[in-house]
Amino acid sequence: MRREPSAALARTGVVFQQPTLDLDLTVEQNLYYQAALHGIARSVAAPRIAAELDRIGLGERRHDRARALSGGQRRRVELARALLHDPVLLLLDEPTVGLDIESRQLLLDHVRALCKERRLAVLWATHLIDEATDESTVIVLHRGVVEAQGRVSEVVADTGQKTLRGAFDALVAGKGSIR
Amino acid sequence: MTAAQYVRCLSGIVRREALRWLQQRGRFLSALVRPLVWLAIFAAGFHFVLGVSIIPPYETYIPYEVYIAPGLVAMIQLFNGMQSSLSMVYDREMGSMKTLLVSPMPRWYLLVCKLLAGTAVSIVQAYVFLVIAWFWEIEPPLWGYLAVFPALVLSGLMLGALGLVLSSFIRQLENFAGVMNFVIFPMFFASSALYPLWRVKESSLTLYWICQVNPFSHATELIRFALYLKFDAVSAAIVTGYALAFTLLAVYGYDPGRGLIARRDAG
Repeated sequence: MRREPSAALARTGVVFQQPTLDLDLTVEQNLYYQAALHGIARSVAAPRIAAELDRIGLGERRHDRARALSGGQRRRVELARALLHDPVLLLLDEPTVGLDIESRQLLLDHVRALCKERRLAVLWATHLIDEATDESTVIVLHRGVVEAQGRVSEVVADTGQKTLRGAFDALVAGKGSIR
Repeated sequence: MTAAQYVRCLSGIVRREALRWLQQRGRFLSALVRPLVWLAIFAAGFHFVLGVSIIPPYETYIPYEVYIAPGLVAMIQLFNGMQSSLSMVYDREMGSMKTLLVSPMPRWYLLVCKLLAGTAVSIVQAYVFLVIAWFWEIEPPLWGYLAVFPALVLSGLMLGALGLVLSSFIRQLENFAGVMNFVIFPMFFASSALYPLWRVKESSLTLYWICQVNPFSHATELIRFALYLKFDAVSAAIVTGYALAFTLLAVYGYDPGRGLIARRDAG
């Protein structure tokens, strides 16, 4: 990333914790803008935008202003936007913060489906521990230190706990609470 | 990155800027109404107070309205430059600038695109104003409308770059009102926009030199001369110089390696 930022960024999709859609523009205009920032021609971007919007179930709202969308819908548009340039790595920084239960589940399911369909690696940063399933690979970070790394089942077994939640508590116990 | 990708990136940024401008009706209207208020009220009020003698580029006695029109065109560009820098500060606070920062394009190029986009918007505004001003009997020669285009590009770039420099050094949106007061008004008043500089010289030599150093004076003069099919080489050179200096300073201010932005975001 530091040595060749341009090449690295060209293959990385990012969804930020903070909402970053331009609320005054329509859904479609937001996506075209992103495509342009990656140097993608409009003719190439058009079918991709249509496909990504259909996939997240917002195809019919493409001409609506981003402001008119709910929080969960905006998030999904941001996900679609991060995928426009066909990245191999997708970074999501606490993407479910502030979302209702349904939107959160939708987003999780959607990203899991993406991982299966495409050759796509996902780094999902979260503090909502239940978002990691047993098959996920996790890195437990606490105050910038990697406390554990591996499949969820392994991490749980290594700490002698039953759940990831318990494992997390055990790992960070006595290491300075963030609460 | 290929040349075609650079071009697409530029057109995407210009398109976004234009869309935002069109969709924010209030901004469009206020940008247009502001100079017209000056023209309709201020110029009318001073119509007989200030007699303007024959000075280049004019060849006859001119009414005061005609004298201040080029300054008002420059003012449109000044406001536009400040407004687009305001939107940079806003984008940074709201997070939408992050979209820009994860683009694979080099940072300096994105900044230049932004600058060109803002300049394009300001030129459209300037022409709309000039068309309306025509009904106020501000009627420069027809070719003047064409000749003024390069002048508008230069002054638009200079004032836009100045806005970018300011935005890179401003931390919060709240500080912006101060900039309006301390940048826009002094620049506008201490310039040749409202009164010819020989008159200023008669009353205060210090002020005269302040006006001479003020880049806004030269943007105004460049536009004034171009509009009447004359070329003011000194102003052109000075505006170009300022434009380059401001652009370099803005690129420096937004360079992540120098840590100006990083430090700002952390603080």
